[in-house]
Amino acid sequence: MLDRDEDILKAAEDWQKAGRGVALATVVETWGSAPRPAGSSLVINDEGTFLGSVSGGCVEGAVVTEAMDVIQSGKPRMLEFGVADEAAWNVGLSCGGTIRVFVEKVG
Amino acid sequence: MKLAILHELNAERAARRPVILVTDTESGEQRLVKAKDFAKDPLGAELDKQLRMGKSASVEAGGKKLFLNVYAPTAKLVIVGAVHISQALAPLARSLGYDVTVVDPRTAFASPERFPDVPLVAEWPDTALPPLNVDAYTAFVAVTHDPKIDDPALLHAFERNCFYIGALGSRKTHAKRGDRLRAQGAKDNDIARIHAPIGLAIGAVSPSEIAVSIMAEITAVLRLPPKEKEEAA
Repeated sequence: MLDRDEDILKAAEDWQKAGRGVALATVVETWGSAPRPAGSSLVINDEGTFLGSVSGGCVEGAVVTEAMDVIQSGKPRMLEFGVADEAAWNVGLSCGGTIRVFVEKVG
Repeated sequence: MKLAILHELNAERAARRPVILVTDTESGEQRLVKAKDFAKDPLGAELDKQLRMGKSASVEAGGKKLFLNVYAPTAKLVIVGAVHISQALAPLARSLGYDVTVVDPRTAFASPERFPDVPLVAEWPDTALPPLNVDAYTAFVAVTHDPKIDDPALLHAFERNCFYIGALGSRKTHAKRGDRLRAQGAKDNDIARIHAPIGLAIGAVSPSEIAVSIMAEITAVLRLPPKEKEEAA
């Protein structure tokens, strides 16, 4: 599909211009059956509001938490999520794939 | 991402111009490369390939891990002629992710009953086409078989440099069409851009099969590098 989410990057720009801290999370690599392809992105502001999707809901919560740190520190960070571990509390992808997500501050 | 880069990225997307954002995923350094600058870019061949495929990907170059995020405009398909083939072509193209519009001044053809869920414009091409912003990310097909409608539409497609231009008709009909278009100012290389007879030669018989052959040809033109494109056609 050629379609892309049209409004996420616009929202990132608008939030930043309105004085909010903003981070952008982008799927940069996938292995196995990943829910969203490379290039999919999620934009997060310092109030915890987010738009878009990097995994269709599996790991968004964890990405938002990490994004808050990135907004604070200004340092980009690479996150990796594999299969969810049912015995522990850690997040992951129930589909069995692995994704790598790059989180960066905007501005 | 620097605000200046984000601003430029949004401006390019709004203008329907393809761009690739190159990110060094270790340092966070970024640059935006416009399609017209691919040729002089050190990653040119790689960028070209990813844009053609419309796919973002991680690559390694010069000891760096780079992520190429491809921002390709959504491709459009403009179908001139609300004919039987178009009834099969429109939903097929939509399923492939194209923004589809059907244009035909004949209201009996361009009726919502015949084209549920597809934007229809029941106007002559000179009125209908300018607001559609036909561009280099548009595939354009003229299938009315009526020169009064197809010819002005094709002239518009040449002017807007559509990535694919196809027209229904046998080789004989197409030769006559070439003469008419030349008389109206079209150049030989414009005429040569028309895929006619339209579609890949797959022995298509029914309107649905013809629609498949047209979409297959459009896909080949969009995705294949120039050499393989010639072989497929």
